Amino acid sequence: MDLGTFRDTPRERQVVRRRLLIAGVIGALLCLLLAGRIAYLQTARYDHFAAQSQDNRVRIASVAPTRGIIRDREGRVLADNQPAFRLTIVPERVDDLSGLLDQLDDLVDISAAERAAFRDARQRSRGFQAIPLKRQLSEAAVARIAANRHRFPGVEVQPHLIRHYPYGPIGAHAIGYVGRISESELRSRDRRAYRGSSVIGKTGLEKAYERRLRGEMGSERIETNALGRPIDVIERDPPTPGEDLTLTLDIGLQRVAEQSLGDYRGAIVAMDPRDGAILALASQPGFDPNAISAGLDRQTFETLSRDPDQPLYNRAISGRYPPGSVIKPFLGLAGVADGAMTPDEEIHCDGTFRLPNVSRVWRDWKREGHGDVDLNEAIAESCDVYYYELADRMGIDRMHDWMTRFGFGVDSGLALPGERQGVMPSRAWKQRNRGESWYRGETINTGIGQGFTLATPIQMATSTAMLANRGAPIVPHLLAGRPDSDGATAPVGPVRLEDETLWQTTIDAMVDVVHGERGTARAIGEDLDYRIAGKTGTAQVIGIAQGEEYDEAAIDARHRDHALFTAFAPATSPRLVVTVLVENGGSGSTTAAPMARRVIDAWMNREEQGSELGRESR
Amino acid sequence: MSWAESRVNAVARRATGDVLQRALHLDGVLLGLVALLSGLGVVILYSAFGGSIAAVQDHLVRLAVGAAGMIVAAQIPPWQLRRIAPWLFGLGVVLLVAVLVVGESGGGARRWLDLGVAGFQPSELMKLAVPIMVAWVIARSAMPVSTGRAAATLAIIALPVGLIGSQPDLGTAVLIGAAGAGVLFLGGIGWRLIAALIGLVAAAVPLLWQFGMQDYQRQRVLTFLDPTRDPLGAGYNIIQSQIAIGSGGIHGKGWLNGTQAHLEFIPERHTDFVFAVMAEEFGLVGVCALLVLYLLITLRGLWIAYQAQDNFSRLLAGGLSLTFFVYCFVNIGMVSGLLPVVGLPLPLISYGGSAMVTLLVGFGILMSIHTHRRMWSS
Repeated sequence: MDLGTFRDTPRERQVVRRRLLIAGVIGALLCLLLAGRIAYLQTARYDHFAAQSQDNRVRIASVAPTRGIIRDREGRVLADNQPAFRLTIVPERVDDLSGLLDQLDDLVDISAAERAAFRDARQRSRGFQAIPLKRQLSEAAVARIAANRHRFPGVEVQPHLIRHYPYGPIGAHAIGYVGRISESELRSRDRRAYRGSSVIGKTGLEKAYERRLRGEMGSERIETNALGRPIDVIERDPPTPGEDLTLTLDIGLQRVAEQSLGDYRGAIVAMDPRDGAILALASQPGFDPNAISAGLDRQTFETLSRDPDQPLYNRAISGRYPPGSVIKPFLGLAGVADGAMTPDEEIHCDGTFRLPNVSRVWRDWKREGHGDVDLNEAIAESCDVYYYELADRMGIDRMHDWMTRFGFGVDSGLALPGERQGVMPSRAWKQRNRGESWYRGETINTGIGQGFTLATPIQMATSTAMLANRGAPIVPHLLAGRPDSDGATAPVGPVRLEDETLWQTTIDAMVDVVHGERGTARAIGEDLDYRIAGKTGTAQVIGIAQGEEYDEAAIDARHRDHALFTAFAPATSPRLVVTVLVENGGSGSTTAAPMARRVIDAWMNREEQGSELGRESR
Repeated sequence: MSWAESRVNAVARRATGDVLQRALHLDGVLLGLVALLSGLGVVILYSAFGGSIAAVQDHLVRLAVGAAGMIVAAQIPPWQLRRIAPWLFGLGVVLLVAVLVVGESGGGARRWLDLGVAGFQPSELMKLAVPIMVAWVIARSAMPVSTGRAAATLAIIALPVGLIGSQPDLGTAVLIGAAGAGVLFLGGIGWRLIAALIGLVAAAVPLLWQFGMQDYQRQRVLTFLDPTRDPLGAGYNIIQSQIAIGSGGIHGKGWLNGTQAHLEFIPERHTDFVFAVMAEEFGLVGVCALLVLYLLITLRGLWIAYQAQDNFSRLLAGGLSLTFFVYCFVNIGMVSGLLPVVGLPLPLISYGGSAMVTLLVGFGILMSIHTHRRMWSS
């Protein structure tokens, strides 16, 4: 057996042996280092550590800051904090935990879900930390526990604050709500900022301005006795309360908008076109954020989120709908500015439109046609055939360019979570998204806001504001004084026209929609002492097969047309933009326009008479 | 040899005679020290568990399994180990790769292979296979080891270290890296090369900080440097275990009387942080006794290496002894706040089976090297 001993010269043995000696010496030195370190801790710093450990009296507790209050433009409180009591248990001080839970159950009724949540929380925390068992105790329960307090060492009733929304469901989508912070949210954030607090903004402004509303966590060094019961606060690093927010929202107008929608599913956006201040952002159906902030049980939350009417879904910013005829004023202006039409040129509308060598027939909403129509009539009466022709002349790419400049297919810039981008199709868009080339017939559909075109109510309102502003863009915002949107730039640049009179031509036509003899929304134009400029829209939800008639009664309610109306008032010096979308509401003129009128009336009357919008109930 | 060691030596010899050495291939001195340490471990664990007999019984069963492993390992002569060295190492690497591919994850790390009956951590095998392999490589050529061979050896060490580090199991990776480096050191690697390597590591640190580390890892290092920056989170362990150690004072609070430990302030108080319990209850006196015991075991191991009769045995015995020492040093250094926290148990005291079994098998190999010596020299 070759053991390699032939190389085991004295020199080699010497090499290893010398290293072994060195290693032994180094090991002994390192042992001395450890001993020195321990000796330092146990002698020089003994007093310090002994004091800290003697009864483990110093306990560091986080102190949650109070969350900032949200108010509307009139100072009315939309979200504040209300005192409540919660029941907590310090596991370390309890001998028989499950027995205690049973005993408490007799007094305050503990659900299986609360037991499970408690068990989870217990595994994640240390024995001396108070773990919440019940978040909201009734006054009777607080009294019962106080009376039996001696029976329950380790059980504490602690006052805390819960988020409260005085107006309940009104404005809930815009304001949002807070909820218990989840593990994944905790992971993606600075844990230290959330120690001691259990809620976080989940949606709406509560989420968008979470950082400012939250404030800064404070801490306390608390002296406790051997059982861990707090005796005294040694040192206090107070929390910094969250910042209060004042909104541009008017809760009175918000209420009017939500009531106007009635039982329909839909959204209303009301905005000041001069600066982009959102006055109302309604989405129906709604929900009561108080139920969620108080700690919804899982089942109720699932019911809410599975409701086919989607009450948690903010249609005003997340809902994407075909804008339909609402795009006609924009497209008319673009067509003329681009040279595809002149304002006076008349197109003959006999109720149908054809392309050469194409068998398909495009129909006007009015079967018998509008006769000869110019730009003004095409907008006021919403003539489809005029726009089929206009679209075909412009081509999809020119249309895309112009409409994008008005913000179609672009984010509105509102700093609220959940806003979705619309679609303004182009040749390139279709290639990218569908992998197909563009067909001329699709240009025709795009001319009346159908086909691939999609827009959100907030974006339609922003585009309408640009029209009211004669091309000047604004950034919609919900925070008054826009302290954090300073320098926020509109997502689209201003639209400048060579012929400035075109603005007036378009606005006049929109005034005729409401006030003209044959305007599609003339029903809402009566007895007004100011003028509204608007545009109706009726958007198909499903394609109607060629030659088939649209029979509302025969179509399932969910497939009925969406009704739209977008407007600004007064037409001469616009102070208000209102965009209404009613899902499956039928026609824009009969369903959406009257809703817009109610909102506009409420605002105009308030401004003129100084009436208190918040008090009135319609 | 120190005076204490020779005393223990003498006592052990008187009590057991040559039976242990000749029939069972056990080294009486090492056996005595290890038994002493294990007994101390049981006493400390009993307290760390708050006086639970059941947990201690559990520990004793594992100790028995480890002792059996030690006796078996002592019967394997070193030349047999030398023959299987590359195969053992290769098997370990394959298993490590298997762990990364199909391993069971727990706590965010993949460290286990599920063998049906029990889980198996290939990194435990590597704790022995790496020093055996490195000793084999170095002993094949003349010493002091040449720069080229040293570089090749470093590559061999880097492979399992990288695999284990990516599980991630930083503590074990450090330990195995140290084991390999220890053998290399004993092999006579040049001082200049050592200086260059240290320089390289020092230069790599800022680079690693800048590019190689995740944010949470940086936080962990910052927390080590200043535990008070996160007193309720990562810094909590360090602060609380230092309070436990410091408040133990010179004489300690007495067995079962450690308030820090018993009020659940020390996290992982029966595994990685068990030293804090011991320091709180037995004070500086107990700590020094424990350190002396650890040092004696290490020195006995180095003595076995000193007396070994071929290079492979010398290197292996020295490497195993140094590995054991690194174990102790890193754990105590980490619990007392000298080193950043990496997960490593306190040898032969921490609760937990596989590491203890591996350690005892390592001692078995040491004993084998010592007891098979005369047989082939005669």
